[in-house]
Amino acid sequence: MKKQDKYLVTYCEILLTSTITTILVVAFLIVEKEMLLGAIIGLGILGFFIAKGRGIPHKIDQVYREHPCVFYLTIVSPVIIAIVFCRHEHFALFMIASVAIYATACLGLTLQLGYTGLTNFAGAAFLGVGGYTVAVLTNQSIPNVLVILLGGLMAAIIGSLLILPVLRTRGHYAALVTIAFALLFKTFLEINDTLGGPQGLKIASFKFFGLDFNEPLLGSSFYLSYVIAALLLMLVVFIITRLIEKSWLGLHLDAVRLDETVASCFGINIAAWKILAFTLGNFFIGLAGGLYAQMLGHIAPTNFTFADSLILISIVILGGIGNPLGVIPASFLIIVLPEKLQFIQEYRFLLFSILVILVLVYRPEGLLKRGLRSFYRTWGRERKLEN
Amino acid sequence: MKTSLLQVEGLTVRFGGLTALSNLDFKLGEGDLLGLIGPNGSGKTTCFNAITGLYKKNSGSVLLRNKEITHSSPQNIYRNGITRTFQRLRLAIGLSVFDNLVIGDAMHLNTSIYFNVFRRSNLRADIKNRLEQAEEILAFFNPKLIDNIYQPIGKLSMIDRRRIEVCRALISKPSVLLLDEPSAGMTHEETRDFMTDLMEIKIKTPKLGVILIEHEMNVIERVTDRCIVLSYGKKIAEGDYRDVSTNKDVRAAYLGED
Ligand SMILES: Nc1ncnc2c1ncn2[C@@H]1O[C@H](COP(=O)(O)OP(=O)(O)O)[C@@H](O)[C@H]1O
Ligand SMILES: [Mg+2]
Repeated sequence: MKKQDKYLVTYCEILLTSTITTILVVAFLIVEKEMLLGAIIGLGILGFFIAKGRGIPHKIDQVYREHPCVFYLTIVSPVIIAIVFCRHEHFALFMIASVAIYATACLGLTLQLGYTGLTNFAGAAFLGVGGYTVAVLTNQSIPNVLVILLGGLMAAIIGSLLILPVLRTRGHYAALVTIAFALLFKTFLEINDTLGGPQGLKIASFKFFGLDFNEPLLGSSFYLSYVIAALLLMLVVFIITRLIEKSWLGLHLDAVRLDETVASCFGINIAAWKILAFTLGNFFIGLAGGLYAQMLGHIAPTNFTFADSLILISIVILGGIGNPLGVIPASFLIIVLPEKLQFIQEYRFLLFSILVILVLVYRPEGLLKRGLRSFYRTWGRERKLEN
Repeated sequence: MKTSLLQVEGLTVRFGGLTALSNLDFKLGEGDLLGLIGPNGSGKTTCFNAITGLYKKNSGSVLLRNKEITHSSPQNIYRNGITRTFQRLRLAIGLSVFDNLVIGDAMHLNTSIYFNVFRRSNLRADIKNRLEQAEEILAFFNPKLIDNIYQPIGKLSMIDRRRIEVCRALISKPSVLLLDEPSAGMTHEETRDFMTDLMEIKIKTPKLGVILIEHEMNVIERVTDRCIVLSYGKKIAEGDYRDVSTNKDVRAAYLGED
């Protein structure tokens, strides 16, 4: 086969994959009958294995690397089509926005756990810090966008309280410190009356240059504005995370995670890099929490439990530890699946635990394996390699 | 008289009741290639770990170019120009050959967030320079490795991984290089090739001081100017190969071992 023909076939395969995925995702969001949902899941799993058998994930990876325009065509446009298609569906839009918000928080965890090897079992607590900051500040006369930024900042600051114990202890002990914090945080919210106690706080609607997010946008569901905001936030955080990975910063974080002894012998200040990753990661989680609170309109301690922290970690593990792209499909599966399949709801933590164990045993690299670092688009192609 | 690079005096390292290194003295001058030998568990690796700041010293001092570095952090010791390899390979398996090499020069990498995230074209130019630098050092050891520069370390053979580890230690142009049993796991031929490379490094960078931990006596004979023999953490002999190999204590230590 000529080289051009081969490219053409690959493009068609990718386009087909993206079309089918979009249709399945939209159908899954809209359909309500459980029988049909089951059929869609079955098709999805079947499709995944067929795609894997044909080596499509690898091809996608390669083509995206070489031609970013294909990326926009096959990821960005289906998302836009899906949103336009679902524009009147409150629930579907709410789900899409939640997925984007959780994915954003998981990008923060990717920075911490995936790149630097810091276990953070208090993800939901930092989500909560962002959320409560927003809840307290929206009623003041501060621009809403700034308030969300302050939510992120607050999460970063509160996170630095944990820095010392996280740095002092290693491995499982550092994990325990964050678990303790997650539990403490919820108790603190419950007994704190100024923060609404167990009932929580109401939050005024998000306003952006006179645009009220709780009003329907262009005759669609009012969630549409939140979907757009959440996707934009995710995109920005995603790009920053990727740029960090594809730079000397990412290299240093990897060095710290992989071998602290070697890293110290090459002058790398372990503590400084851990602080950077922990703080920046919490900042991202706090931003996500801020927007989440805005969208919910009302937050309570039960929104930010230890179980939610575990959900965040499961997403990162399922998506593929250290691969920022992986957290997006993983968030979709972990957030939307239990919402759609009500019978799962009750058993969802059981199912998640089984899922995480299965992933760790049979596919430790997750849905999307993290590849080698490519510093820039043409990386590795100056010297043509047959592979 | 050669300029002194490294001066170790009375170096002692204890682990609980065990004295792993006892009152060790030695000097390393510019351009020296010093062999460090001794039976397993005699304290050779401990000596490297103490010099590079990984282990706390119970007493004694380490001077680099007459500058006290006894209690410096591993990071500062590296910045002052001492680099090392590890007895058991310690490369980052998940990373590419390039990533592994460039970590060796971490002290010269620009790690400002602004530069790395927002100055991408400058970063790219910087990366290209680093690429050339890495290719240059690989070309010296094994030109075939240049083709593998974008590949994961896991794809390389044992000897090539050893070479990468040495390149990683050399890329920052240190003044002292500590090699911890680089020939471990190599065949005789590979060891010979490796030592030939080492001799070439010595010619190319005549001022570099090297300490080589090595098991095989014929390698010591071939490449080192002088060697130190450790046994149970104590220096039992020092001199050129002929002196040392005929020394009674050394023979006892080695024969007693087998
Ligand atoms: N981190 C450590 N903790 C306790 N004992 C150690 C440690 N490192 C080395 N030792 C002990 O010190 C002695 C010397 O070890 P080492 O320097 O590794 O020997 P060599 O490299 O000469 O084979 C051994 O008895 C070893 O068990
Ligand atoms: Mg040893």
